[in-house]
Amino acid sequence: MATQNTRALARLMLAPSVGLLLIWMIVPLAMTLYFSFQNYNLLNPTNVSFAGLFNYQYFYSDPAFFQSIWNTMLLVGGVLLITVVGGVALALLIDQPMWGQGIVRILVISPFFVMPPVAALVWKNMIMHPGYGVFADISRFLGLQPIDWFSQWPLFSIVIIVAWQWLPFATLILLTALQSLDGEQKEAAEMDGANFLNRFIYLTVPHLARSITVVILIQTIFLLGVYAEILVTTNGGPGYASTNLPFLIYRTALLGYDVGGASAGGIIAVILANIVAFFLMRAVGKNLDK
Amino acid sequence: MGNITLKKVNKSFGETQVIPAIDLTIEDGEFVVFVGPSGCGKSTLLRLIAGLEDTTSGTIEIDGRDVTGEAPAKRGLAMVFQSYALYPHMTVRNNIAFPLKMAKLDAALIDKKVTDAARVLNLTSYLDRRPGQLSGGQRQRVAIGRAIVREPSAFLFDEPLSNLDASLRGTMRLEISELHQQLKTTMVYVTHDQVEAMTMADKIVVLNAGNIEQVGSPLELYNKPDNLFVAGFIGSPRMNFATGAVSAPFNAHTIGFRPEHTRLSGESGSWKGTVGVAEHLGSDTFLHVHVDGIGMVTVRTSGDVAVHHGDTVFLTPDADRIHRFDAKGLAIR
Amino acid sequence: MARAVSTRRTVFFTVAAWIVALIIFFPILYTIITSFKSETEAIQGFNIIPSGTFQSYIDVQTQKDYFKPFMNSVFLSVGSTFLALLISVPAAWSMAFSPTKRTKDILMWMLSTKMMPAVAVLMPIYLIFRDFGLLDSRIGLMFMLMMINLPIVIWMLYTYFREIPGEILEAARMDGASMWGEIWYVLTPMAVPGIASTMLLNIILAWNEAFWTLRLTTTDAAPLTAFIASFSSPQGLFWAKLSAASTLAIAPILIMGWFSQKQLVRGLTFGAVK
Ligand SMILES: Nc1ncnc2c1ncn2[C@@H]1O[C@H](COP(=O)(O)OP(=O)(O)OP(=O)(O)O)[C@@H](O)[C@H]1O
Ligand SMILES: [Mg+2]
Repeated sequence: MATQNTRALARLMLAPSVGLLLIWMIVPLAMTLYFSFQNYNLLNPTNVSFAGLFNYQYFYSDPAFFQSIWNTMLLVGGVLLITVVGGVALALLIDQPMWGQGIVRILVISPFFVMPPVAALVWKNMIMHPGYGVFADISRFLGLQPIDWFSQWPLFSIVIIVAWQWLPFATLILLTALQSLDGEQKEAAEMDGANFLNRFIYLTVPHLARSITVVILIQTIFLLGVYAEILVTTNGGPGYASTNLPFLIYRTALLGYDVGGASAGGIIAVILANIVAFFLMRAVGKNLDK
Repeated sequence: MGNITLKKVNKSFGETQVIPAIDLTIEDGEFVVFVGPSGCGKSTLLRLIAGLEDTTSGTIEIDGRDVTGEAPAKRGLAMVFQSYALYPHMTVRNNIAFPLKMAKLDAALIDKKVTDAARVLNLTSYLDRRPGQLSGGQRQRVAIGRAIVREPSAFLFDEPLSNLDASLRGTMRLEISELHQQLKTTMVYVTHDQVEAMTMADKIVVLNAGNIEQVGSPLELYNKPDNLFVAGFIGSPRMNFATGAVSAPFNAHTIGFRPEHTRLSGESGSWKGTVGVAEHLGSDTFLHVHVDGIGMVTVRTSGDVAVHHGDTVFLTPDADRIHRFDAKGLAIR
Repeated sequence: MARAVSTRRTVFFTVAAWIVALIIFFPILYTIITSFKSETEAIQGFNIIPSGTFQSYIDVQTQKDYFKPFMNSVFLSVGSTFLALLISVPAAWSMAFSPTKRTKDILMWMLSTKMMPAVAVLMPIYLIFRDFGLLDSRIGLMFMLMMINLPIVIWMLYTYFREIPGEILEAARMDGASMWGEIWYVLTPMAVPGIASTMLLNIILAWNEAFWTLRLTTTDAAPLTAFIASFSSPQGLFWAKLSAASTLAIAPILIMGWFSQKQLVRGLTFGAVK
């Protein structure tokens, strides 16, 4: 393990991954940063010039920008709230003694494996459609006026779809954590006279705290980039009502052909993601030490 | 043959020195035990001999041949690990056969050797099981079997029994000693259990913080410890120590006397004390007696002594069994 | 642990859990059901018993040519996974078995590359792909997917490899195994389960990736994500066909996913939850 040539070999084996990831990290990011200071439109590609902070100003002064930031936060926050609370509840439920636990688990985690376009389309057409959707059927059955989800509650509809996709993830991870809770510890607490509520507060919650943190951080990383669900359902509308930051950047980039503007937005997205990443890395890093 | 000689062997991990330059000679056929407290460098020393760690400086010779830079497999040694390190995906048969297969012996010969080893170690009926389906003791025997078939010039053991329960440990201790008698091959054995060291060793090497404190036969170490550390480490229950006014009459900074070399009396003796805890083992009784000026003194007496908590007793050490130490902790002879 | 649990409690939790589970699973179930309906049946209101026609499956294949995007998805997910493993196995291996002082930093840095939002590099990647003629090419997209998942693959493998006790390797070395012997006889058999789970999870992630697969393809390289997204254009309501296509798109991965629950947790939390 400690001899010289094993060490040299080890370095050699590591080199391709490190090299690739290094290029992958530096080149596109450097280009984005560079473009963000240029006037560069794909419709007029010969006319490229230095723009200073214009792109940032442009992005910043666009009313859609603030709305998209706000929407991004609502989307991430809403999904987190639903998935974490729902995930804890579901994990606790599935952890109870029952028949067919394995099948229940499989049913509950299934949505996670559904590709985003399918999830979005199924919800859009078969569940939330104002005329023929299951929700509309239920409303009519109850004698209520069916809701036109995507025009009346566009962002909320997307939150529901995305939460449906991520609830399994939270549940699965919290369930795994729950099952690693030492049985003897639980029994000791029972011997000490702790009832279910006390055991939940003093034993389960502290035990789950770390996993919840991990769930929140990892989901945040993915949720900041929600894209296909919006593209397939509302296309960002009505107006900018369901446009998040990635979608705004996409609009600017590939619909507006504005490379400079999209890049400035990209840099803003990087900054946002880095704030989350910072905390996630600390949570994961701690785990490496033991 | 299996002479192992360490010359000025020194090992550092980065900045921290774990083994300062030490010299040690292990004779062919000897059963040598490295003993010492946790973290003192026993495993490191063994792994240096095995070639699993590179020496920082110094040379290691096996049968007069310098093997310092040689790969582990070329040294002709076999090692039994604390965790057994069996290959979980191979059957017992394949585990034992593995080193022979690596040496490219032909299949018939491998088969014969494996069968022989299994018979010696009572593993014949388990040959087609995986390690996961064996008990701790059986796994240990497989690990030993894997070592035996190579016919090494020396066996290295790193705390092989520490994962077993007390009674199994006793059995395996005997089995390993018997194996040594049968094979007459050099064995180097690491343990922190001084009972294992005393019962198995021809020669004990007591280590402390990487230093060799003393080398000798079990009885030499028991009767003539070179220093306070060895005196305290070898023997169970531990030797009693006294300093100051108690040791002054003996012309020593510290005196030591073993529990089994201390006489107990109800009427008179050198020191007067009060009995704290009495541990009745049946065969013996260990009394923990509080003596003013010394502290807690352990005394070993016969099993039927009728002494209880709170009794006043008198203690007298055997005069010719008192160990004297100077201010540096070295024995005065 | 073993303790008699009252039957009444078990019944209660069984019923509760099954109801919740079926609600969560319902959209998938309903999609499968609808795929066996005729188009008129599909929009006739809530109905969970289909007439059982396979017409939609036939239509999807003949009208939309389902086969090509399906093969693209297979090629992209399997190809990118193998490529990633090829690069990651040695890397994870060397970090697990010859760790240095910097190993932890390297791992953290690799993880940090995963944090980069895709949209942030959309423009440069798009332009690079355009200039190298990689737009709508399977090779380019395969490389893309490999890069995206590389950190996860390395991490997962690393956590598996780290569980192989070092003493076993030392034992093999004592037993005279050469480096290749060590790798072939001892390490590979012990590492295969971990590699297999990593592969499984990575195929799932690549199969479902829905940013780059939508943005960098048009027709030739378009996998199922893009194929399904093309149904979103409002050309009328073809729910039975949409359901049939969706069922086909998610079925293989759903089944794989069921087998990889445990690995999923480890892979997606970077070993932080086991
Ligand atoms: N790879 C390493 N890097 C740095 N320090 C090490 C390494 N291996 C061992 N050490 C240090 O060397 C010292 C001796 O370790 P060693 O394993 O030899 O102790 P030991 O006597 O076998 O203890 P134990 O009875 O607990 O097994 C310890 O302080 C340990 O922390
Ligand atoms: Mg040790």
